Amino acid sequence: MFTKLFKASKTSFVILNVLYLSLLLGGALYALKTFSSYMDIYEKAILLSSVGFFSWLGWNWNHFKKIIILVFALSLFAIQLYSGVLTNNEQVFLLKYLLSSQSAIMWMNVFFVLALVLYWLGLLAKNKLLDDIASSFTSIAILFGFTGLLVRWYESYLIGLDIGHIPISNLYEVFILFCLITSLLYLFYEEKFNTKKLGAFVLIVINAAVGFILWYTFDRHADGVQPLVPALQSYWMKIHVPANFIGYGAFSIAAMVSIAYLLSAKKILASYLPKLAVLDDLIYKSIAIGFIFFTVATILGAIWAAEAWGGYWSWDPKETWALIVWLNYAAWLHYRIVKGLRGTVLAWWALIGLIITTFAFLGVNMFLSGLHSYGEL
Amino acid sequence: MSFAISMLVFLGIASIIGTILKQNEPYENYIIKFGQFWFVFFEKIGLYDVYQSIWFLTILLFLVISTTLCVTKNSPIIFKDFLLFKDSLEEKSLLSFTHHLVLKNRKKVSLSRVIDYLKQEKFKVREKSKDNGDILIVAKKGDFQRLGYIFTHVGVVVICLGGLLDGNLFFKAQELLGYKKIETLDIPASKVLEVSRLRITNPSFRANMTLAEGSSDNVAFVRKKDGYLVQDLPFKITLKDFRIEHYSTGMPKSFESDLIISDPELSQDIATTITVNHPFTYKGISIYQSDFQDGGTNLDVKLWNLLNSSGSQKINAKIFEKIKLDKDQLTYEFNDFRKFNILNLKEGVKEKPRNVGPSVTYKIRNNSGQAREYISYQLAMLIDDRPFFISGMRETPQEEFKYLKIPADKNGSIAEFISFKEALQNKILIEMVAKKMTNRSVKSDNNSSVKQSFEDSVNKIMTLFVEGGFSNIAQNIDNNIPTNEKEKAVQAYLKIIDIASIELYKNYFNLSDKEIDQSAIRFIQESLNAYSDMFLFGSPYYFELTNYEQKEASGLQLTKSPGQFWVYLGSLSLVLGIFSMIYLHERKLWLLIKAKGGAIIAVSSNRKNIDFELDYRKVSQAIKKIIQ
Repeated sequence: MFTKLFKASKTSFVILNVLYLSLLLGGALYALKTFSSYMDIYEKAILLSSVGFFSWLGWNWNHFKKIIILVFALSLFAIQLYSGVLTNNEQVFLLKYLLSSQSAIMWMNVFFVLALVLYWLGLLAKNKLLDDIASSFTSIAILFGFTGLLVRWYESYLIGLDIGHIPISNLYEVFILFCLITSLLYLFYEEKFNTKKLGAFVLIVINAAVGFILWYTFDRHADGVQPLVPALQSYWMKIHVPANFIGYGAFSIAAMVSIAYLLSAKKILASYLPKLAVLDDLIYKSIAIGFIFFTVATILGAIWAAEAWGGYWSWDPKETWALIVWLNYAAWLHYRIVKGLRGTVLAWWALIGLIITTFAFLGVNMFLSGLHSYGEL
Repeated sequence: MSFAISMLVFLGIASIIGTILKQNEPYENYIIKFGQFWFVFFEKIGLYDVYQSIWFLTILLFLVISTTLCVTKNSPIIFKDFLLFKDSLEEKSLLSFTHHLVLKNRKKVSLSRVIDYLKQEKFKVREKSKDNGDILIVAKKGDFQRLGYIFTHVGVVVICLGGLLDGNLFFKAQELLGYKKIETLDIPASKVLEVSRLRITNPSFRANMTLAEGSSDNVAFVRKKDGYLVQDLPFKITLKDFRIEHYSTGMPKSFESDLIISDPELSQDIATTITVNHPFTYKGISIYQSDFQDGGTNLDVKLWNLLNSSGSQKINAKIFEKIKLDKDQLTYEFNDFRKFNILNLKEGVKEKPRNVGPSVTYKIRNNSGQAREYISYQLAMLIDDRPFFISGMRETPQEEFKYLKIPADKNGSIAEFISFKEALQNKILIEMVAKKMTNRSVKSDNNSSVKQSFEDSVNKIMTLFVEGGFSNIAQNIDNNIPTNEKEKAVQAYLKIIDIASIELYKNYFNLSDKEIDQSAIRFIQESLNAYSDMFLFGSPYYFELTNYEQKEASGLQLTKSPGQFWVYLGSLSLVLGIFSMIYLHERKLWLLIKAKGGAIIAVSSNRKNIDFELDYRKVSQAIKKIIQ
């Protein structure tokens, strides 16, 4: 089993850490040495701080470390298979069906769908084995998703040296990012709270995103790599966008757990789910982490805006809605932390919060126009 | 506190209005949208610039004041608590804690081990011997959490103040007092009166400036409501060169402006290049690449006569200038030139948009002042794999363009269509063709009346078409043919036009039957459609751009925002505050070791949640182990 594979003894723990750190450092140093002339000082700083960030994450969370090592291995293997020729994605069997970015992302979709089904089966049958398989499938989906994004990053440079860029610039790409970040955060809580019962709920929102990716791929054919418009050509994108999506992901988890909470409070599925107090705590923790990242992302966005648009705040619809989302969760946290509010009201509120967040993320692009119209539907 | 929260809710709702109604549009758009009555009403309550309206700023100010009051009220308490170790608690009060544990120890308590344990758990520890011989150990940790409250709220206040500093409160006040007035007339900057000018000393502004290549200026414009203000600058900016680079797909890749900044206080000019995301800051004023437009491109144009006459005339035009054609009492106003146009020609088909080459937008104004807007593309575009020259026309800016599609000939020029058009307009040729057709179609020589009437009707139909296109034919059929025969007539008429046109084309270009192939027939049909559409085009000329000399202008944005530093500082404080409020856990612990034997552990936190329960259990059990 995948999870069994992940169970490690103490010596292998040390080996793993050494391997992980040397991969991160080695990769970063190689990139610095080889591509130094293509990067400005900020990009170098981001590269080095990402080594720190990933080390910290890996140090505190073993499972993450293993996923990242495998992502590294698979991506390097895929790059090896490409050997600098873009058309190899049709020629080489393993690329065509497994590791080219679009195939890998399809596999991610498949495993997310399977994981959702298995989480539900596991929940309803109270079957631990099914839960474990579902959880492993989620890990595999993450593995494929991250590999897909990294390979896509490489592919974008094969399309054209001036076209290459980090794949978080349009709706297709950020939806993948959303799936990955949300599921990673969920897996973290799954381990920390020692319950796999909530996957059935969290995977719903991830599968909604998967649905969107499929629609975007097959109906809109919008899964291709597009060159960056001048406003997006900035190192800020590498920090602003992921930070925002950690926020979105955490808010989504909070809303999904709120559904579980509300059902459980109404004695529906209550015997299948963790205790209300645990759910309540989990909702709070996800909103808290989401809020911090969302705050940071919005501030970084303001700093970027000051550089690109000439003002840190222009009351652009996207900015304004980010403020509304922020105010909403600020009030939520205020009522919980300061006023000590608990229970169904906050659960409902977290659910409504997701609607507001979704509007800020998608609705603004669909219905309102402004400076921020990069991902149009 | 709840006042502040309701203010925040109100602020949120007000912000939503601003995102739904597009802000700072030209006032005409609002009049069209709302009608005169509502337009005035909404203008009064500031809906077109919600975020700068008095009531919005007032809410913001209230928010700042109430948050400030909150902080000033609570800070002393928090600070006091931060510094204080509550060592005056008695046994009774410890027993009243929700989380306490009473121990009965037998052996002598090793105080140092307890203190070591607490320190290892990151507690700050204080020890106090009471008069009755009891020993009270007071420990606490995570008290920065309390400071988080101050950091968060001070952060919000500083951000708002920074924002207000950069907002236009200062101008608003001056406007209300009558010192400043918005200029609404379109006049040169030098003629704008002092009352509508902002001095160099103006502490904060966000202004725009458009410079054509080679030109320079030392004023910028601040757009306000339905007009503008002139902002004087402490230096002069010259645009040396403006460049747009494109990706191979035709999408813009970069916008760059080479600027020269001349400051009288400096002996040497500063040369710099700005791009999107890379502004240049001098004397506290940041200069951004914001957009671009035409800077007065020179155009060589051929105007081809379309209606009822032949030939063409050449004009030399320039974007932003006007040319009056005295003969027709028409004025051409040239508005824009674009070297690249990225279009998706196949609607609904998943195809990548591509560059279709240069275009000119212009208006044609007639004697009575009415104008139509036109767009003409220089190069032929492939539509369903056939090349056409495209010109669009619309009567009002709200409409979509309606297009005239003139087929390009084998040489990719408009010449063949123009010749064919002139042939159509040539009465003698038409009559000759009618005669030829008659001779071929009506075989019997003796029936001259049938012949004559056939020839007449060919002539009549062709004249109808030549004079007014297909719509003229349709109108004629509508007026003269009984309803039940209309359909038949339409088909007959169209057939005659087709055959006559092919005949005309063949004769005019001296072609044999063989040379009239499928592609020639398509060309003729496309020409007929184009000819018929000419009558709806509204202009007596076809506009052919023969040559151009491009001159671009760069759109710069200039901002001075002294509040930026404060906004960033406030943001930092806000993040630190939120982080400590959420991730630092305040814990207070008392351990009373009684001289008579026995001990009490009491633990408290300002937030009682699962984490607290776990911590309480862990710490109290550990101490219990040490003591017992």
